Amino acid sequence: MINTVGTNIISSLGFTTNENYENVKRGISGIKHYDVGTFGLPEAFMASLIEKERLNDLFYPYCNHVSQSNYTELEKAAILSVFDANKEANIDLSSKKTIFIISTTKGNVKNLETPSKNPMHKVYLWHTAKLITTFFQNTNTPIVVSNACISGAAAQITAMRELKNRHFDYAVVIGADFLSKFIISGFQSFKALSSDICRPFDKERCGLNLGEAVATIIYTNKVHNAKHRISLSDGAIRNDANHISSPSRTGEGSFRALNCVLQDINKEEIAFINAHGTATLYNDAMEAVAIERAGLQLVPVNSLKGYFGHTLGTASVLESIISMCALQENTILKSLNYNEQNFENQINISTENKRTHKKYFIKMLSGFGGVNATLLFEKISQL
Amino acid sequence: MTDFYRALEVNYPKFFKMDGLSKLGFLASEKIFENTPNRFEPREDIAVVCFNRSSSLEIDMLYQKNIQSNENYFPSPSVFAYTLPNIVTGEIAIRNRFYGETSFYISEKYDTEMIFRTVNNCFLDKITNFVLCAWIESFKEKLDVKMFLITKEKTDNEFSEQTIHMNDN
Repeated sequence: MINTVGTNIISSLGFTTNENYENVKRGISGIKHYDVGTFGLPEAFMASLIEKERLNDLFYPYCNHVSQSNYTELEKAAILSVFDANKEANIDLSSKKTIFIISTTKGNVKNLETPSKNPMHKVYLWHTAKLITTFFQNTNTPIVVSNACISGAAAQITAMRELKNRHFDYAVVIGADFLSKFIISGFQSFKALSSDICRPFDKERCGLNLGEAVATIIYTNKVHNAKHRISLSDGAIRNDANHISSPSRTGEGSFRALNCVLQDINKEEIAFINAHGTATLYNDAMEAVAIERAGLQLVPVNSLKGYFGHTLGTASVLESIISMCALQENTILKSLNYNEQNFENQINISTENKRTHKKYFIKMLSGFGGVNATLLFEKISQL
Repeated sequence: MTDFYRALEVNYPKFFKMDGLSKLGFLASEKIFENTPNRFEPREDIAVVCFNRSSSLEIDMLYQKNIQSNENYFPSPSVFAYTLPNIVTGEIAIRNRFYGETSFYISEKYDTEMIFRTVNNCFLDKITNFVLCAWIESFKEKLDVKMFLITKEKTDNEFSEQTIHMNDN
């Protein structure tokens, strides 16, 4: 079990955890329509984007000792996010006992568009990670996790293991992915994008929206402070062994990952499941099967994709933070844009913000490469 | 790599659809498991954990070429699917029916300290008894694969930073 000491989210819904969480509670979505020509794309799309002007303004005061142009917007957001998370945590980021773990699928892939302007090394994911740790004068080699859309969960599991094995005292887990022509065109080519705001688990769902976000969680194996009472208790990664780009019909990997974290707990104590819920036809149907097979059909399920879109390598860091805020306040958040389901076996989708007094929540994730992850979070009773 | 594939005498047409990274990973894992009894029995106790320096940059650059201009705009889903480094771990899992953990990490260099630490950490998963661990790099015509099957049990050939450093094949 590892404990949270500080968090931050930078997204279309705000630049702090609190700003983001309050917007979600009010049912606000950051997903908007973007015209042809945005990112140089020949097609219009719906997405949730970070306000770049505000990002640059907020970063400006931090760059007195370096040139602003040394950093891409993704790197600025990551640095800003760590700074803000550490306002609460107040740990020594430069310590040998602090490890940085960066979760990203594509990092600065946007730089491939203009190779003449950008030196090649800027697109290496380890380079982005090194730039961030150097900024904070941390000399440990950062760990970079790139495990498709479950990267953020894999990074948290990596943090849990490093801290359990006492290699470090603190782990700074950063999820960071920005959108670009590269990523959006790819999802368009898969016909995976919805032309309207996505509808996770709804029978009318017809695809996902992409989102950009950066989020940070600082974990420790030391005792809890008074403010944060949610711990990461367990986590598992399992493969479908079925297909590289479409989920297993039987929810094989997802079901197995769920089973791993359910071993030692009472299912009656689960407040909610925060599913991946991308709103593609196959992902949501697969998760419904996995949830039902794991005997969790009565547990309230929500997806946060209607608020933030699918934020790729950031998704499970961001969604874990929002879900932690909810559990801390004894709240189950509603899943946006859901009316009715058409799954063979019904699951319990959360349609309004509700009270709960249960102590666990489960985070589910799935991604390309047939990979699935499950995280188990637990509320620790007041000391 | 095609010659190597033919020499293995396996029939797996999907091989020809794979990108360089997946082909390398596939070939190395075939070599490791070729004589394993009941090798296609489904199992959950083998994790596939890979590392490299360049992520999927080789195929990323190919994909970028196909979308660079809107006059010659051909985003291909079959190319895009491989623009994630962990696809190779999925290909190995599909081939061998491994339902266990699959993960991919990026580091600047072949970092034996980090690989050793990460693989040992994987055994904290209660089901994982073996880790198929690899360094796989396929970029700028440079191919490099080092693959190890590591067991939780104690053996004569002990897994350490030194052994993975020496076993440079």
